[in-house]
Amino acid sequence: MQDPSRRSDLDHEATAESYMLPSGQPVQLVDPDGRHVHNDKYPLPDGEALLAAYRELVVGRRVNDQANALVRQGRMAVYPSSHGQEACQVAAAVCIDKQDWLFPTYRDTVAVLARGVDPIQALTLLRGDWHSGYDPYEHNVSIQATPLATQLLHAVGVAHAAKLKGENTVVVAMCGDGATSEGDFHEALNFAAVFHVPVVFFVQNNQYAISVPLHHQTVAPSLAHKAIGYGMPGERVDGNDLAALLSVLGKAVERARDGGGPALVEAHTYRMQSHTNADDATRYRKDDEVQQWVPKDPIQRMRTYLTDLNLLDEEVEKNIAEKAETVAAAMRDGLNAESEVDPEDLFRYVFTEKTSQLREQAAKLRDELSRESA
Amino acid sequence: MSTTLTFAKALNTALADEMESDSTVVVFGEDVGPLGGVFRITDGLTARFGEERCFDTPLAESGIMGMAIGMAMNGLRPVVEMQFDAFAYPAFEQVVSHVAKMPNRTKGKVKLPMVIRIPYAGGIGGVEHHCDSSESYYAHTPGLTVVAPATVQDAYTMLRDAIRHPDPVVFLEPKKLYWSKEDLELESLRESVGSFGRAVVAREGSDATLIAYGPSVSTALNAAAAAAEEGRSLEVIDVRSIVPFDDETVAASVRKTGRAVVIAEAPGFASVASEIVARVQERCFHSLAAPVLRVTGFDIPYPAPKLEQFYLPSVDRILDAVDDLQWEDA
Ligand SMILES: Cc1ncc(C[n+]2csc(CCOP(=O)(O)OP(=O)(O)O)c2C)c(N)n1
Repeated sequence: MQDPSRRSDLDHEATAESYMLPSGQPVQLVDPDGRHVHNDKYPLPDGEALLAAYRELVVGRRVNDQANALVRQGRMAVYPSSHGQEACQVAAAVCIDKQDWLFPTYRDTVAVLARGVDPIQALTLLRGDWHSGYDPYEHNVSIQATPLATQLLHAVGVAHAAKLKGENTVVVAMCGDGATSEGDFHEALNFAAVFHVPVVFFVQNNQYAISVPLHHQTVAPSLAHKAIGYGMPGERVDGNDLAALLSVLGKAVERARDGGGPALVEAHTYRMQSHTNADDATRYRKDDEVQQWVPKDPIQRMRTYLTDLNLLDEEVEKNIAEKAETVAAAMRDGLNAESEVDPEDLFRYVFTEKTSQLREQAAKLRDELSRESA
Repeated sequence: MSTTLTFAKALNTALADEMESDSTVVVFGEDVGPLGGVFRITDGLTARFGEERCFDTPLAESGIMGMAIGMAMNGLRPVVEMQFDAFAYPAFEQVVSHVAKMPNRTKGKVKLPMVIRIPYAGGIGGVEHHCDSSESYYAHTPGLTVVAPATVQDAYTMLRDAIRHPDPVVFLEPKKLYWSKEDLELESLRESVGSFGRAVVAREGSDATLIAYGPSVSTALNAAAAAAEEGRSLEVIDVRSIVPFDDETVAASVRKTGRAVVIAEAPGFASVASEIVARVQERCFHSLAAPVLRVTGFDIPYPAPKLEQFYLPSVDRILDAVDDLQWEDA
C-alpha cells in the first residue's frame, strides 16, 4: 500500500547516493610533509582562509600549554588538554557562522575560545569557580558538557527549534570516540535524522577514552560508518589536517544549511597528553605509539604548506606568536589574580525565585559567615 | 599481623579476596581493566584474574548495568563500577526499573546478586559532575540495599559482605576517604561478616547523639572531639547500612542521650537524613529533650570546588546544631 504521507521515503530513495559511505581512508588535503593531496570531492580551502585558521591553531597550542602550566602552579583544578587535536578545535569553531551554534565538551576549550569566548570565562569551569563561566547566548556556544554525549541531544533540540522558527542556523555538536558508545549518542543521531535537522556531529576520535582504546569501544569499520544506520552520511577526515577538516566540515555545514539534514564527521587524531593531569597514560599506552603521532602534528604541516605558498614568512609568524603570547598572558593574569567567589551565589540561580527554604538557608550561611569574620 | 592499608587498597583487597574465593565474581566497568580504575580500586585485578574476570566495557553506563542484570540472571556475580556518582545516571533506568524490581516481579525466582560500586559524595574539590550525593535516589527505591562504609576496615568487610549478599547492593564509596589509612588485621577480618543492617557506635557519649554515615562520619567524630573540649559528651553513630536501616542501635543511643543531630552531605530536603529524623521521632519521642535536628548540604546542585567549603556540613555547623538542642543550662 502506498501511503501518500510516506512520500518522504521515496525522496530518500531518490537521494540514496547522498547517503554515502565514508571514504576508505580519512580525507587528507595536506599531508604531514605539508604537501597538497588532491581530492575530487573536497577542494582545498583558499590560502587566506587557511592562514586565518592557522593563526587560531598556533594560539590554541599556546592556550593548551598555558593551561597545563596553570594546573601545575595550582591555579586551575584540572585541564583536559587538546594538545595534538588543535586542528579539530579550530575547524569546529570556524566552519560555522555567527548565528550558528557550537556544542563542546570539557576537552573543547580551544574551540570555545576560537568562537570568541573570553579565556578566563571559558576556564571558570576548570578553575573550579563555577560550573560554567560564560553566557551561552553571547557567542552561541553551549556550556562545556561533562557527562558524555548528553549535549548531542541538546544540539538536536536547538537545531529543531531553529528549524521550527525558520532560522538559518546550523549546529556543530562535538564529542569524543568513547562518547559514541553512550545511548545518548545514538538517540541524538536518530532524532537528528528523523527530524531532518541541521546538525553536524563532529567526533574527535583521539583513539582513547581515558584508558580504553578505540578497538575496545567499537568494532565498526569506523565511527563515521555509524551514520549510515541512522540515514545520514558519514565522513572520515585526517584530524591533524586543518585544510581537510575545514573542507569536510565546511561541506557538511553547507549541506545542513541547504536543508540536506544532519551528517557525521569523524576526525582521526590523537590525544598527545594524558586524559587530564590526574591520569597516568603510561599505564595503558606505549610511548612508541605516542611518538608515531609527533610527525603528524597539525601545526608543522600547515606551516610548511603556507610557507611554500608564500603566505607565511618570519614576519607573519612573529605576529602570530605575539598574538598567542597576548592570549597566554591574559590567561596568566586572569588566573593569577585571586578569584572572588560569592557564597550567596550558591542560592541565587537554583530557581528563578528563591524558595522560602533557600532564603532560610542563605540567611543561615550569611549568619555563619558574619560570625566567622567577627 | 597488621597491615596498613588505604581505604582504596582495602576495597581492592576485598575485590581480590572475593574473586579468589568465588569464581563467579566478575568485575567490569569503564577503565577498570589495565588502568585499574580512575581511583585504582581495581588495580591489578586483570593481571591477576584475567580479562574474563575483570574487564573494560564500552563507555555506556546503561549498557554496563543492563548487562550486569543478565549476567546475574545467568549465575554470575557482577561487581560493576560507575566511574563517578553523577555519571551513574544513564544507568538509572536499569537500576530503578529492573535491578530493583526484577526479583520482586518474579516472586524471588530471579535473584540479582550484584554490587554497584559508586565513588560518591564530595570534599575532593572535583569539578562539575564529579561530586553528587545520590544516596537518596537509591535509598528511595525499594529493592536496593544501600550501604556506605566510613572506615578502612568497613571498606574491606562491607565490600566482601556486599559481594556475598544475595540481593543487589548499591555500594557507596566516599571519595574523600580513598586516601585515608588504617592498620588492619586482615587475617581475622576475613572471618568477620554481617555488616548489613547494623550501625555501630563510633564514639561513646552521653549528652547527645550524632548520627552520620559515609563521608560525614569523620566530620561528626571531629565535632564530638571538639565538643568534648567544651565539656559536652557526644555519642557518634556510624549508620553504615542505609538500607536496611538499624533502628535499634540508633534508637538505643538516642534514648540514652535524649538528643540527636543527623549529619549528611546530601541536600536535606526529602533525604536519607529526613528519613532518619522521622524514624528517631517515631521511636524515641518520649525520650527526646529536643527536636531532632539535621545538618545537611543545602538544597542546591552540588557546588563548584571553590564554593564547596560553604556547602559541606562542617564541625562548626554541627556544633551550632548541638547548641540548639534546648539545653536547660544554656
Ligand atoms: C556519562 C559519563 N560517564 C563517564 C564519564 C567519565 N569520563 C570522563 S571523560 C571519559 C572518557 C571520554 O572519552 P572520549 O569520549 O573518547 O573523549 P576524550 O576524553 O578522549 O576527548 C570518561 C569515561 C563521563 N564524563 N560521563
